[in-house]
Amino acid sequence: MCGIAGLFFKNGSRPERLGPLFSPMLCRMESRGADSVGFAIYGDEAPAGSHWLTLGGTTQTDWPAITGWLSAMLASPIEEPRVLHTHAIYEVPLGTESAVAGIESAFPVVIMSSGRKMQIFKEAGSPTELLDLFGLASVRGTHAIGHTRMATESAVVTAGAHPFSTGEDFCLVHNGSLSNHHWVRRKLERQGIHFRTENDSEVAAGYLSWRLREGDSLEAALESALRDLDGFFTFCIGTANGFAVLRDPIACKPAVLVETDDYVAMASEYRSLADLPGAADGRIWEPEPGIVYAWEFQHATTPA
Amino acid sequence: MTASAPDILTFDLGSVTVREINRTLHGLAAGSSVEILSPDGAHNLACGLTVPISVRIEGHTGYYCGGMNEEADILVNGHTGTGVGENMMSGRIEVTGNASQCAGASAHGGLLVIGGDTSSRCGISLKGGDIVVKGKAGAMTGFLAQKGTIVVCGDAGEGLGDSLYEARIYVKGTVASLGTDCIEKEMREEHLIQLAALLKAAGCPDKPTDFRRYGSARQLYHFHVEHAASY
Repeated sequence: MCGIAGLFFKNGSRPERLGPLFSPMLCRMESRGADSVGFAIYGDEAPAGSHWLTLGGTTQTDWPAITGWLSAMLASPIEEPRVLHTHAIYEVPLGTESAVAGIESAFPVVIMSSGRKMQIFKEAGSPTELLDLFGLASVRGTHAIGHTRMATESAVVTAGAHPFSTGEDFCLVHNGSLSNHHWVRRKLERQGIHFRTENDSEVAAGYLSWRLREGDSLEAALESALRDLDGFFTFCIGTANGFAVLRDPIACKPAVLVETDDYVAMASEYRSLADLPGAADGRIWEPEPGIVYAWEFQHATTPA
Repeated sequence: MTASAPDILTFDLGSVTVREINRTLHGLAAGSSVEILSPDGAHNLACGLTVPISVRIEGHTGYYCGGMNEEADILVNGHTGTGVGENMMSGRIEVTGNASQCAGASAHGGLLVIGGDTSSRCGISLKGGDIVVKGKAGAMTGFLAQKGTIVVCGDAGEGLGDSLYEARIYVKGTVASLGTDCIEKEMREEHLIQLAALLKAAGCPDKPTDFRRYGSARQLYHFHVEHAASY
């Protein structure tokens, strides 16, 4: 099983609506996956020259010590982070990825994501309780994607939870399983793509990051994923300015989309979408097998 | 549960559970009428009915709506999720919108009418039921269907009738591709009569002579007597 949900406001307006609408969508997918939850928020853009570094720890994590380590390592004062339950969001200068990578060996924390807009939160445990602790219902942003996990091929640990991010402002959630992920992983590692887990879904994220790095558009990257990834999948993908959905060529895993003038939303089941404003009268359809569906902002936008 | 119009029981899923509704439906006398409001994608609505009652659902439903139906007449004013009318034995289910994958899967009898389009594998493993799709039918329609009839008034997707046994498929529009061992067959008088009756029962204005018939070529290995010992 596993449940996925995504919500994208097409003109990026009124970011205060995102959390209140997206949180119940993801909660309703708990019945498809109750062992872990994760979500990516594309929210307020980081100040010029910096990006958000999201770290996952525990409720006992000594964040001031980490702030001190970061300041010393980057040789510039880093502000105390915004802490949401077990995660903390730091504003750090761009181009400091290799300098901060050592934080995972210096402290018991994990780098969840880095991006000018994107922040990722994920944890093993009850989705409804965790979404409440993370305060998803009050977050701001232009789009969000999330996942409720029922582990089938790897352990119930936070590292196996989705979304998987393998690049700045890029992430993916996956319902299904890939059968050639070992082969694809070896191929990508030779291209310099770095993986953090043994998870098949991370390989899909890495594959798309590689295609985007090589200059593909998101649509072109997904078209080539159809050729190179073998297995069952419904993917929901977020980028700084876009949102995409793709199902495998025999559409093994469920997906429903609803689109209005204002937004596009997808979920594993219609139940997740039923309470969105205007959903019942919007365009409701199931994405066709092997067809790429992608959206970008209709207007250049910064959440205001 | 409230009585709105004379003799119509009304349930609102905002205030009762699917289990309470199904339990009540299972205890109703023949001829009863029920309306269900605010389904909001709930699964397993009106499943396992065994008496001729009339059920109207106002909105979109989740998985397995009307599953295992016997005798009851179910109308969904909206779209349905996976497996509407799965394993239906008799009666009638009509959906005004679209149906997700596996509509009418392994139905043994009864009539399933889809007003809009169906997703993949409509009528998979059909065992005797009849399905009429007024719009388009998705990929692998009639996969492994053994008995019964599938009528598609629009176009059919890739792999129509793959590994078909003795079910009949009628399509008015184009067929993206035929599945393994599925072929076009001659439309004889008996087929036109059968199709006319199904179109009439489903309320379709289409003319039977505009359809083509597809069936099994009976060339797959399990059709050959020398393989009988394999089973």
